[in-house]
Amino acid sequence: MGYPTEYRYTKEHEWVLLEGSRAKVGITDHAQSELGDVVFVELPTRGAEAKKGESLATVESVKAVSDIFAPVGGKVVEINEQLESAPEKVNQDAHGEGWLFVLELTDPTEIEQLIDAAAYEQLIAS
Amino acid sequence: MRYISNSDVDRRAMLDTVGLPSIEALFSDISEEVKSRCRPMGLPAKSEFEVARTLRELADANVVDPSGISLLGGGVYDHYIPSVGRSEFYTAYTPYQPEVSQGTLTAMFEFQTLICELTGMEVANASMYDGATAVAEAALLAERVLGRKQVVVSRGLFPHYRRVLDTYCWAARIAVKELPATQEGRTDLANVPDGASAVIVQTPNAFGTIEDLSQVKERLGEALLVVATHPIALGLLVPPGDSGADVVVGEGQPLGLSASFGGPLLGLFATRERYLRQIPGRIAGLTVDTDGNDGFTMAAQTREQHIRRERATSNICTNSALCALTATVYLATLGAEGLSELARINVAKAHYLADRLAALPGCELVFSGPFFNEFVLRVPHDPERVRQGLASRGILVDDPRWLRYLGIHDGLRFAVTEKRTKEQLDRVVEAVECAS
Amino acid sequence: MKTIFDFRTGDPSGGVFPPIDVPESTSAIPASLRRERPPRIPSLSEPDLVRHYTRLSKLNFGVDDGFYPLGSCTMKYNPKLNEDAARLAGFSDAHPLADASVVQGALAVMHHMATMLSEIAGLPGVTLQPAAGAHGELTGMFLARRYFEKRGDTGRSRILLPDSAHGTNPASAALAGFTVTEIPSDGSGMVDVNALASTLDDTVAAIMLTVPNTLGIFEERILEITARVREAGGLCYFDGANLNAFIGRARPGDMGADIFHFNLHKTLSTPHGGGGPGAGPVAVSERLAPYLPVPRVERGSEGYLLNWEAPDTIGAVHSFYGNFAVILKAYAYLLQLGDQGLLAVSENAVLNANYLQARLKESYRLPYDRLCKHEFVLSGKGLANGISALDVAKRLIDYGMHPPTIYFPLIVPEALMIEPTECESRATLDAFVDAMKRIAEEAKTAPEQLRGAPHRAPVRRLDQTRAARQPILRYPFDETP
Repeated sequence: MGYPTEYRYTKEHEWVLLEGSRAKVGITDHAQSELGDVVFVELPTRGAEAKKGESLATVESVKAVSDIFAPVGGKVVEINEQLESAPEKVNQDAHGEGWLFVLELTDPTEIEQLIDAAAYEQLIAS
Repeated sequence: MRYISNSDVDRRAMLDTVGLPSIEALFSDISEEVKSRCRPMGLPAKSEFEVARTLRELADANVVDPSGISLLGGGVYDHYIPSVGRSEFYTAYTPYQPEVSQGTLTAMFEFQTLICELTGMEVANASMYDGATAVAEAALLAERVLGRKQVVVSRGLFPHYRRVLDTYCWAARIAVKELPATQEGRTDLANVPDGASAVIVQTPNAFGTIEDLSQVKERLGEALLVVATHPIALGLLVPPGDSGADVVVGEGQPLGLSASFGGPLLGLFATRERYLRQIPGRIAGLTVDTDGNDGFTMAAQTREQHIRRERATSNICTNSALCALTATVYLATLGAEGLSELARINVAKAHYLADRLAALPGCELVFSGPFFNEFVLRVPHDPERVRQGLASRGILVDDPRWLRYLGIHDGLRFAVTEKRTKEQLDRVVEAVECAS
Repeated sequence: MKTIFDFRTGDPSGGVFPPIDVPESTSAIPASLRRERPPRIPSLSEPDLVRHYTRLSKLNFGVDDGFYPLGSCTMKYNPKLNEDAARLAGFSDAHPLADASVVQGALAVMHHMATMLSEIAGLPGVTLQPAAGAHGELTGMFLARRYFEKRGDTGRSRILLPDSAHGTNPASAALAGFTVTEIPSDGSGMVDVNALASTLDDTVAAIMLTVPNTLGIFEERILEITARVREAGGLCYFDGANLNAFIGRARPGDMGADIFHFNLHKTLSTPHGGGGPGAGPVAVSERLAPYLPVPRVERGSEGYLLNWEAPDTIGAVHSFYGNFAVILKAYAYLLQLGDQGLLAVSENAVLNANYLQARLKESYRLPYDRLCKHEFVLSGKGLANGISALDVAKRLIDYGMHPPTIYFPLIVPEALMIEPTECESRATLDAFVDAMKRIAEEAKTAPEQLRGAPHRAPVRRLDQTRAARQPILRYPFDETP
């Protein structure tokens, strides 16, 4: 699987797509494969704020629960409500329709601390 | 040793395979220091015969008089248990491998359904330890949902429910406030404090009185209404779900479990679907197998400790599954009509006794509200003396200390089940008359 | 699916209760309090009922059916004598609120049992109230809270536990208001003592250890670990799930434990019942005894009694005195075994486990190749064709055995935790080894057989994802024609 080069990544297996001052966040294909069939996604409420590294959501599979941390600090402005009735989208299209939420960034420079696609692919290969 | 299948010959050969010289070598990883501190119990091994005899002697030291009249209640009741029951279920463990646990899982699913039907709720778990911990866990659930560190509880809760609730809430740093009782014996809901996560009411309550919950929910604001109840009474009474309860809990012992000196018991826990992710304990769910056939498995496991660990909704692992099975068989034996009939019999007998006792000089019912099969009688003399007088005639009633705890110093509580005949009840009346 | 709700019976079953022999008053309970719709509880005839539950019982695999090596569960044989004991009318009909004078036998059992458990644990205080192991853990955590509260030591908010701990440990700690700090295991599967030392400070309330740990390995530095924690002012909690490994040979109190819980439905042979009821009595050191729950069973001049006076108690964790019938069964077991019997238990449990380990390490990865106690952990990693621990487990069912615990402890990938118990014969163990070896072979030659397993069970592999995504948690009445 090629990891989209326009996305940035975290060591916690999240991807981030910068759109102006906003960032769309999801989990990587590697992450969904490790988790197994996703059965439930607990999304934050709109307006929730988090600093970089704080837990904002959880993704549950049959056998595990995974915390999703804010890859950068910000306020939640959009959430992917489709996941309520179709959590499987996270498995089927982790980098696209399986997106989790959109943050209005507090400090856009934090994005630079994230790794690029090549570095992420190296991370998961090791 | 009867429960060990290997002989010395086997053990010798196995030690060789392992490559160790002796049994002692198997414990070389425990330091000599620790092993040397160990002390035996000082008890010899005994034959099955001797142990059976010892146990019989101990059982006989419990005075259980078949011709005696038990009016004991307070959460554990003396109901008739029909003969149907089955032993094959009891050796299996937690259904972690559902393909070989369909018996257990089917029974769990049946139990969950029955509890939903009785309580008028949408989802029930496969049991808690007992009614008391079910109440406590309901309080914790409410706190998780609303985040407020306070619960309000009726004075009419059984003292043993309250004890356990207080302990769990102390640990969770949840304040517990109490609502008083009225002359009717019901919870005084006139001034429910704000800011609680839950308001906890019991019906029938510890005074025996049936609460009227018809307009309570709307007065509670956001607080969850938690109702603790009696499963047999629900054969007759309005299900708490219909009155807007958010969580219904209770003690399932009356459903075919013997008293067994207070344990094991059967905690009931049911709630609305919206709180599914907050429910403690195991739940069985329906699914299909690879051939497309129906089957059952443990559902919503990501709430539980083996996955969520410190973020689990509860730490409960082993519950009261076998007791839940017993209750399921009991209810299926009775059916809805049988349960309704049973409830009516309990009501009739309890009211018969109450009417006759209340007519005795110096006696009256303490509370005016409607009751199911338990009531409190004011007696003209020291209740403890009356209790002892009754006991000397083989009639057992609850220790009045529990009523003193509830604020009643001049009464005795009577619980009447379908097992008491009219003749027995007439003797009770005579005995109370003499003892008073 | 066939449940009781699928039966379409004609006449409701009656004939259980005699007709009402007293006058009935219709005004006793006003109409507004009565339910309008009856609950949808089916009534089956007795023959139908018996057949249904007999059929269900045959769908279950239990210890009485075959080998059940579920690690950390100690699925030992449940002696039938214990069942007889619980059925004696003097016990089954004893009411918890009856006057002490009429329940002296029950109180005697509890008192004797508490004494025996105290001796096995090497700790003076005992409560029999907790209804399960996890409940005992919670009680232990409550005791720790009260202990520090009484000392005014309010900053102690952390519980330390190894990364191999059973999920109930952190769950219990959290429920009692603590936060959890995980201590990594070192390369030999034991607590990393340096990591432990570096996290010890005055915010530590207690360490929770399972001894031996969930890898089946006995902490060789146990005395040092407990000494360090105590030095830092913390308490030591031992989870007794694995007591079968050393019962009669060592005592937690001698290893520095302050709190120890038993699982009567594991070590002391009471039946598991499909998930309970169990019992989780807790033993404590002197300094924690004042905080034990009430009431306490004591021996007075006129016999046994329940003492409710204990100003510093944590209160209660159970409606009454604990799961008496379960306690009674364990008591019967201990009376039969005596000290000799306990030694035979740990001897055979540990030998059986080491025997299996020695024979299976040729075919499966053994992450910690050393003397184990009553259980050990294999890893399914490295099996041919990407076959997983799950596949191995499901295929064992086809061989007529219950699978071991899988995917636990979390620190071993594709974990298979195997605990044979002391009851199994060498022949049974050899049959298990043969089955496991065959499965390892099948992974190479017929992986699809494994992935499609079980083939010979009442149902095929069940769809867990669907159960989780579309929960159906009670009978779908409204969808049935």
